Amino acid sequence: MRQEVVLAMLAKEPSHGYQLRARLTEALGPLGDAMNAGQIYVTLDRLEKAGLVTREPAAELAVRPDRPDRKVYTLTAAGQQRVASWVAQVDWPRPDLAEFHLKLIAAAAARLADPLAIVDAQRRELLRRLREAQRAAMAEPDDSEAALLLEGIVLRLQADLRWLETCERNWTGRKGQL
Amino acid sequence: MSDTGRTYMLLARGLRKEYGKGEGLVRAVDEVDLEVTAGETVAVMGPSGCGKSTLLHLLGGLDRSSGGEIWLDGRRVDQLGERALARLRRDAVGFVFQAFHLMDELTAVENVELPALLAGRSPRTARRQADGLLEQVGLADRAKFLPTALSGGQRQRVAIARSLANDPLVVLADEPTGNLDSQATLDVLRLFDSLHAAGQTLVIVTHDSRIAATADRLISMRDGAFIDETRLTGGATGHLGAPARIKG
Repeated sequence: MRQEVVLAMLAKEPSHGYQLRARLTEALGPLGDAMNAGQIYVTLDRLEKAGLVTREPAAELAVRPDRPDRKVYTLTAAGQQRVASWVAQVDWPRPDLAEFHLKLIAAAAARLADPLAIVDAQRRELLRRLREAQRAAMAEPDDSEAALLLEGIVLRLQADLRWLETCERNWTGRKGQL
Repeated sequence: MSDTGRTYMLLARGLRKEYGKGEGLVRAVDEVDLEVTAGETVAVMGPSGCGKSTLLHLLGGLDRSSGGEIWLDGRRVDQLGERALARLRRDAVGFVFQAFHLMDELTAVENVELPALLAGRSPRTARRQADGLLEQVGLADRAKFLPTALSGGQRQRVAIARSLANDPLVVLADEPTGNLDSQATLDVLRLFDSLHAAGQTLVIVTHDSRIAATADRLISMRDGAFIDETRLTGGATGHLGAPARIKG
């Protein structure tokens, strides 16, 4: 899991480590089961050392001296900046669709960007790449070995574009509910 | 307006097509503005039922609009009478359909020459031209075949040759690769590309992103209206190999 995902989950409001984990589990469903419970704390530790988050003891936990590990994590200014540039960044392919999915969720929750605008930017990028792959395939002779690989790239891009259409419909629907 | 109409090969302003009335009113095409310059390839993409086929039918004079204007090469065509409209469909517009719409009892070359014969060309001229067009689509050796003896991709290439018979101002294609496998799709795309290189104006409606991506411009359509436009021409991304993990 990219550090930026954890950072972005803090963009809406400061939160405890376990809250972050619960939010991720909710967003990822069964895919989140593979997430190591300790992983998020390791990531938060690294983010703190990098100056992207600060860790404060939670006020309401003063009455719970038995649970001193419960800290509240807050984005620093540098952390906020990192999240903003991650949200604006368009890149493909990443091995996990989950990152893009979480980007939409985090952007919507913290009102960092319109999820539909993120989907749009992603679609444009994919279309440009599809065009490039398709043009390369068209330039290959019929008996070309490379054409087979290009076909695979084209099919993957098409599949991703179809998922983006689904994202668009879903987020358009959510917008209507707000 | 007439000035605007002359700037583009194909222009639509506030184009509408409605079915039914009152509660049951369906806006199949809802106030669409479209500008296509000469030599441009424009793809209109959207899910089935978004109105893209209806739009193409309006643009080609196969169907009457409920409102708005259509200009073809500087001439307003949405208010033409039936005879003038039939002439427009025959001479100025080339159609390519998903189901090819070839005449099964005619050979490939007879299908291709038909529009020229209907336009009053001599049989010899029409045949010579049709032979040239079949050559252009790579099917010179299939001229005497009946459509049933041709593959889907070959049939569509015959249909594209036919659409060019009267040297149309614009070719309108409705899901031209909808019935084709991936190799045949590639062949048809190559053909469109060569038409594009020769300066043919093309409007393609499709739900297939791979065709849409080869256009100069891609318009997304939902519920009868245009919602987004992407200009696709431009520099390489440098990430072609990324999905294959070769680079990037």
